[in-house]
Amino acid sequence: MSRTVIPFGPQHPVLPEPVHLDLVVEDEKVIEARPSIGFIHRGLEKLVEKKDYVEFVYVAERVCGICSFIHGQTYCQAIETIMDVKVPPRALYLRTVWGELSRIHSHLLWLGLMADAMGFESLFMHSWRVREKILNIIEATTGGRVIFGSCKIGGVRRDIEADAITRILKEIDEIEKDMRGITKVFLDDHSVKARLCGVGVLSKQDAYDLGCVGPMLRASGVSQDMRRLGYAAFSDIPVEPITRTEGDSYARCAVRCEELFQSVRIIRTALAKIPGGEIAIKVTGNPNGETITRTEQPRGEVIYHIKANATKNLQRFRVRTPTFANLPAMLSILPGCDLADVPVIVLTIDPCISCTER
Amino acid sequence: MSYFSMSKLALKWVFTTPATTSYPFEPRIEIDGSRGWLVFTDDDCVYCNVCAKKCPTGALQVIRAEKTVTLDRLSCITCGCCVEVCPKDSLKLSSGHGTPQVTKGRESYQRKEG
Repeated sequence: MSRTVIPFGPQHPVLPEPVHLDLVVEDEKVIEARPSIGFIHRGLEKLVEKKDYVEFVYVAERVCGICSFIHGQTYCQAIETIMDVKVPPRALYLRTVWGELSRIHSHLLWLGLMADAMGFESLFMHSWRVREKILNIIEATTGGRVIFGSCKIGGVRRDIEADAITRILKEIDEIEKDMRGITKVFLDDHSVKARLCGVGVLSKQDAYDLGCVGPMLRASGVSQDMRRLGYAAFSDIPVEPITRTEGDSYARCAVRCEELFQSVRIIRTALAKIPGGEIAIKVTGNPNGETITRTEQPRGEVIYHIKANATKNLQRFRVRTPTFANLPAMLSILPGCDLADVPVIVLTIDPCISCTER
Repeated sequence: MSYFSMSKLALKWVFTTPATTSYPFEPRIEIDGSRGWLVFTDDDCVYCNVCAKKCPTGALQVIRAEKTVTLDRLSCITCGCCVEVCPKDSLKLSSGHGTPQVTKGRESYQRKEG
C-alpha cells in the first residue's frame, strides 16, 4: 500500500486554532504526523521591553483568550514573589473563585467543541448555553467576559459584595444542575462512547515520560495538579486531583467533566470561607530578581519565568504553556489511529495554539 | 451505557423558549458592572494628564492648552485604568457597549464651561 501525505489544518472545521499537521497515511491508517506551528506568533514576550511591569498584566492576560485570568494571575504571582508582596487573603480567595469560574468556562467550551467534532451539534449548543451563564457571572463580577482584567500586582481590582455572593451561589446551583444533564450525555451515551472509547490511548508511563500536563496526564492515571502547591487560596482549600486510568479520549473527556463539579465545589468553599478586609495593597518600586511560578490552568500546568533587573521593564519574560507540553504526547498517539479519529485526538489535548506561540 | 440519553434534554427544550435572543432586533440586556463604553462625565476634568499617562495602549491624549481630551476608540481596551486613576472622576465605564466604530480617528471631548 503506497503512502499518501494529507495536510490537516491550519484551517479545518474542527480546529478552533491553527495547527498544521502533515499526516502520512497508509490506506486509512495514520503512520506519522509531522506538525508545524507558527501561524499566530504575536511576539508578546518581546513586549516586556516596551511595557512596564505594571502594564504588562494586560499583555499577560492576552496570552490566551480562554484561560486569560490565570495567565494574569500567574504573572502577578511571579512579580509578587520577586517583590515579596503579601497579597491580602480576600484577594487570594477572589482570585481562586475567578480562576475556577475560568476553568468551568474553558471546560464547557472544550466539551462543546468536542461534541461539535463528533458531529453531535445539539450537545455542542447545550454546552455553550450553560457556558453563557458562567460568562454572565464573570461579566457581572469582573466587567469582562473573557478578558477579566481584574487581577493586578498586589491584589485584585474588584470585590464581590455579599449580596453578589448569594446571587452567584444560587446561579451556581442552577448551572450545576444543567451541567449534570450535559455531562450525563458525554459520559453515558452510546454514540459518544463509540466515538471516544479506545481512541488515542496514552499509557501512564508515556504520559509521564513525554511530560504531559493537566487533564491529559490525569486521564492516564498520574495524579498531578498544580493547585496542590497551595497558591492563591488553595493552601486552605484542599484539591484532590481527578484521575482516570484508561488514558483514552473518553478518559480525557471524563476527567474534564468531573473537574467541572470539582470547580463548583471549590467555588462554594471559597465563597463560604472568604475573609473580609482589603482587596489590594499598594506596590511601589521595581522588581529585582528572578523567579519561576507554576499554576494549574484548565489545560494544565503553566510555567512563568520572569527575570527583572530593578528597572520598570522586565529583562526576560518566558511562558511554557500547557499545550506546548502536550503536543509531543499528541504526536505519539496519532500514529496507528484512523484518519477519521484525528480531529478527536487533536481536540482531546485541548489545543490552544495562541498560548503556545504567544 | 445508555441510548437516547439526549432525548430528555432535547424534549425539555422543545417546550422551552430559546436561550438565545434575536439580536439586533432585541437589544442585549446590559449587565451591571460590565466594562463597556468609556464615557466622559466632563465638567470636573482638570487636564492633569494622569489618565493618558496610565493608559496602557495610548488611546487617551490630553491637550491641556486646548482643554481637550481625545480618545481612539479602536485602541481602547476598556481596561478601566483611566477610570481608576482619575482624581476628579471625570471618566467612567458604562455597562453598555455603544455603537460600533467604523472609521479610524480620534474622538475629542471638551469641558462644558459655565
